[in-house]
Amino acid sequence: MRHGLGAIVGVGELTPQRSTEGATTLGMIAEVARRAVMDAGLEPGAVDGLLVGPHVGETPQHVPATVAEYLGLKPSMANVVDLGGASGAGMVWRAAAAISAGMCETVLCVLANTREAVPPRSPNRNPIREFDVPFGASGANATYAMIKQAHMATYGSADADFALIAAAARANAQHNPEAIFFGKPATVEDVLASPMIASPLRLFEIVMPVAGGSAVVVTSMERARDMQRPAVAVLGAGEKVTHRALSQVPSLTSGPLKPAMARAMAQAGVMADQFDLLSLYDCYTIMVATTLEDLGVCAPGQFGAWVRAHGLGHDGDAPLNTHGGQLGFGQPDLAGGMTHVVEAVRQLRGSAEGRQISNAELALVTGNGATMSEASALVLGAWT
Amino acid sequence: MADILDYEDLNVPGPTATALSQPFWDAAAEGRLILQRCLACERAVFYPRAICPHCWSDALAWQEASGSGRLRTWSIIERSAHPAWQAVAPYAIGIVALEEGPTMLSHILGDRDGFALDAPMRVRFVMVAGRSLPFFEIST
Repeated sequence: MRHGLGAIVGVGELTPQRSTEGATTLGMIAEVARRAVMDAGLEPGAVDGLLVGPHVGETPQHVPATVAEYLGLKPSMANVVDLGGASGAGMVWRAAAAISAGMCETVLCVLANTREAVPPRSPNRNPIREFDVPFGASGANATYAMIKQAHMATYGSADADFALIAAAARANAQHNPEAIFFGKPATVEDVLASPMIASPLRLFEIVMPVAGGSAVVVTSMERARDMQRPAVAVLGAGEKVTHRALSQVPSLTSGPLKPAMARAMAQAGVMADQFDLLSLYDCYTIMVATTLEDLGVCAPGQFGAWVRAHGLGHDGDAPLNTHGGQLGFGQPDLAGGMTHVVEAVRQLRGSAEGRQISNAELALVTGNGATMSEASALVLGAWT
Repeated sequence: MADILDYEDLNVPGPTATALSQPFWDAAAEGRLILQRCLACERAVFYPRAICPHCWSDALAWQEASGSGRLRTWSIIERSAHPAWQAVAPYAIGIVALEEGPTMLSHILGDRDGFALDAPMRVRFVMVAGRSLPFFEIST
């Protein structure tokens, strides 16, 4: 066993849904937390650390205390992780660090969300609201469209190359009955025929927002060993935050995941070509393209050739987002990023029913928040 | 494509100015683009800030900008995430690298066939819902 920063001993997930009439965020957090702690074979009282996200509809403030109270927990470490889509992976590293620092022994990392028919408008009064929104730039589609446009203009990448990523996500979702697009595959032609939303981004290149939840339980390597249950080791981690508004982005064709992944891999002592699973944050097709290039499995601008040359299914030579990614599974708000952690844990434990990668030992998980702003990377390893 | 006059009647959210940024919007109302410049490291700063993000000096002074820049990227918005903007869709937004250094997001006017990496851009003030905003267009 390599040296690990900590161990993931339990995972939980809720089936994504398009609407949740009458449900509360706290109720959904409770259900997914219960699943993860039961999966770990622990009693609720064993949880003495709690990490939650900032989007808990019923309580804009005092989120950790409100969640702890609802769950009947009395944690000795409780905090909010607010890194957008990087929150899930970022929670895992923080949990391991808090345990190493002696703050607690076993941390529940939990994210869940309801979904209203008409989402409330943002209460932002930040620079984006002042300097972007008045010009007609609202929402993430507009910003990722500009990131994709920059890639196409810089490298001459083709729409069909991006469509391959969406089609592969849909194909993988056919092996995951929980996925929102289970039973709904899409070919490259289907992706290219889907409506243009914000050029050059088409509908099928954009995640579908859903309600859902994901949770993981993190503990120390020592405690995980004593538990004698399936576990996954956190071998390396990295993080980087470079900006918030796309107008302030240092580069449109390379993001903060580049240094975050490099740090995680250096800590784990592994190379980019060693992973049995790439569990890459995929809010849009362009995010996967940029991440592959930042990872260095292909040269900048060359993701299309790389995707064409590899099988991205669980039985392929380069499994990528075997749960369907968020493009195939759906994006349950901040929990969307955590689905990449949950799938990596399942694959490395050998419990990815119906889509198991043979001999999966090493996985890369990435999280990405805001407009390619917040990055978190984890190298996870099978417990051997 | 929307006519310039269509923007006047849009019921879209305007800038949420602060005391610190008010000079930028006051200048825009007069058809002038101004930027902060750091008196310590001499770099231009956008959006307006309390300290220079490059050297953390608080000695920032407003300066007239050239109004010229280059297009770094763009998108034609077919379906706006803000319902009030849908009235002029499809419309273009983009990121402009100003001659002075900083980048800003804006609404982009002009012939879309001319949109290209590093295409030269020129500021053009347009009335949107009663406010004068610095849009950009391809400069020929």
